[in-house]
Amino acid sequence: MEQLIFKPKSRWREFFGEKLISVNAFVALIAILLIFVFIFKEAIPIFVDDYVKEDASLDKMVFKQQYYEGREAKWSWQPNSEVPKFSLWPLFIGTLKASLVAMLFAIPLGVGAAIYCSEFASRRIREIIKPAIEMLAAIPSVVLGFFALMVLATALQNTLGLTFRLNAINAGIALGLAVIPIVFTVAEDAMTSVPHSLRDAATALGANRWQVSLTTVLPAAIPGISAGVVLGFGRAVGETMIVLMASGNAAIVSASFLDSVRTFSATIAAELAEVVFGDTHYHVLFMIGSLLFVFTFLINLSGDIVLTRLKERLQGKAT
Amino acid sequence: MKQVMTIGMVLVFACGMLVASNSITIKGSDTLVRLGQRWAEEYMKENPDVVIQVSGGGSGTGIAALLNGATDICEASRDMKEKEYKLAEQKGIKPYRISVALDGISVFLHEANPVKELSFAQLKGMYTGAITNWKEVGGNDARVILYGRENNSGTYAFFKKQVLNKEDYSEYTQTLPGTAAVVNAVSKDKNGIGYGGIAWATGVKFAAVRKVDADPAVLPTMETISSGDYPISRDLYWFFNGEPTGELRKLVNWALSKEGQKVAEAMDYIPLPKERALAEMVD
Repeated sequence: MEQLIFKPKSRWREFFGEKLISVNAFVALIAILLIFVFIFKEAIPIFVDDYVKEDASLDKMVFKQQYYEGREAKWSWQPNSEVPKFSLWPLFIGTLKASLVAMLFAIPLGVGAAIYCSEFASRRIREIIKPAIEMLAAIPSVVLGFFALMVLATALQNTLGLTFRLNAINAGIALGLAVIPIVFTVAEDAMTSVPHSLRDAATALGANRWQVSLTTVLPAAIPGISAGVVLGFGRAVGETMIVLMASGNAAIVSASFLDSVRTFSATIAAELAEVVFGDTHYHVLFMIGSLLFVFTFLINLSGDIVLTRLKERLQGKAT
Repeated sequence: MKQVMTIGMVLVFACGMLVASNSITIKGSDTLVRLGQRWAEEYMKENPDVVIQVSGGGSGTGIAALLNGATDICEASRDMKEKEYKLAEQKGIKPYRISVALDGISVFLHEANPVKELSFAQLKGMYTGAITNWKEVGGNDARVILYGRENNSGTYAFFKKQVLNKEDYSEYTQTLPGTAAVVNAVSKDKNGIGYGGIAWATGVKFAAVRKVDADPAVLPTMETISSGDYPISRDLYWFFNGEPTGELRKLVNWALSKEGQKVAEAMDYIPLPKERALAEMVD
């Protein structure tokens, strides 16, 4: 066995080691940039190529179109039709519906669990609950999707008497299961990092435990909790496998949450494998990809910014 | 250390052998993928020096792979579209089409559904959204819940062409990945209707289908599809780049032989009538 002693002559190794690690750190950054450039490059023809514009110009993707003479104008996603229809509205509405349900389901559960864990639970209970909830994040999304498709959908239909087995509620709840750990982890972190001086002050003024947590800790941690919510929303919008399996994938423009929905991400997953390379449909799918990328990027960025602000503020107050 | 090196060398050698032997890739239709796999297994048993890889993904995926030169054989449950033929010409690929089996697109209903027969007009009405209640086709007073395939599927395109007259599916059609998923959904939904290959149906019942009102309604069975009495049937194809030669020719002729067609029948696909199988063979 060699003995591990640092010798002066190993300096150059240190130098290269350090450089190597720093390259690793930049790889992620470069990867994001390259991915963005690639996706966006493939979406560009929608704005410039006349052939692509014919079926999928911006206004055709956004506004109601009268596709056949004598029929009502409508938003429609029917890419493999005699008259290809590339309206993004049905998909946008579908994405929104599924993620809204997911958030409505995940926020109360995630935040509630976070309050309980950071304020009320004994250490032993917390050490069971916290990893358990975080385990939810470790379940592969395809398993959640399968569960929603086979079990949850039937249960919901039977209890609520729904017309459509696969719908926004079903997909949303399954998505919610994937979102809960994100909301919980960030919210719980935010609440435990509220300085003890705040709690002590409130207790000294005669507040009981419930009052301390609801009137002092919760408001102080609100930015953190909302960051968790925002990050969770980003996950819900981008998540693919669950919605692909559990939502029914029907591109419908309606206000009802009991209808099937088709989301952006599921559309890409279902259709990209098949499109003819360089076809209008291909570019539209990349356009959707760019939208999703920008959307989730902005959401995550804003979540991160809020989180950093919160940390600075709380630490500033503590001193 | 020496051992490791020996093993390593053997591995490298083995890999070299694999590459050197005949390897064939088959890719495409999800409807055909099970048959393709079975054929590959049987064929490899008889010809141990041939390695065949079979994967699915949909007819469109397979055709795209053929056009990109990424597969030797493309399985497809539909003919290539004009656009795809044109693209092939541009890329210098000469698609060569051989029918290897038949398939009936059956219409699935929940076992408790009182409806037994449907005409093309009724099917079209339901799938385009003109008919929304089972009452209108002689069933219960309940909403028709439509299930279909993703739009990259050959089954989707075929049903659309044959039954819907190329009209669009109703936007309320729930699209599912794979016929198995459609069968599963209909088996759980008492107002559901779905379509797909006959080979997949378990836990649902078939609807008898008639083309026009004067025709008798026909249930999809081996005999009715093979004879052409069942109105929604189609050929299942293998596409090659140019007329197949060598090992590829041997493989396709074997698949069309009595033995190959028997394998198809055992898997619940519909074998080609004997004369047709002979006619399809490559000399």
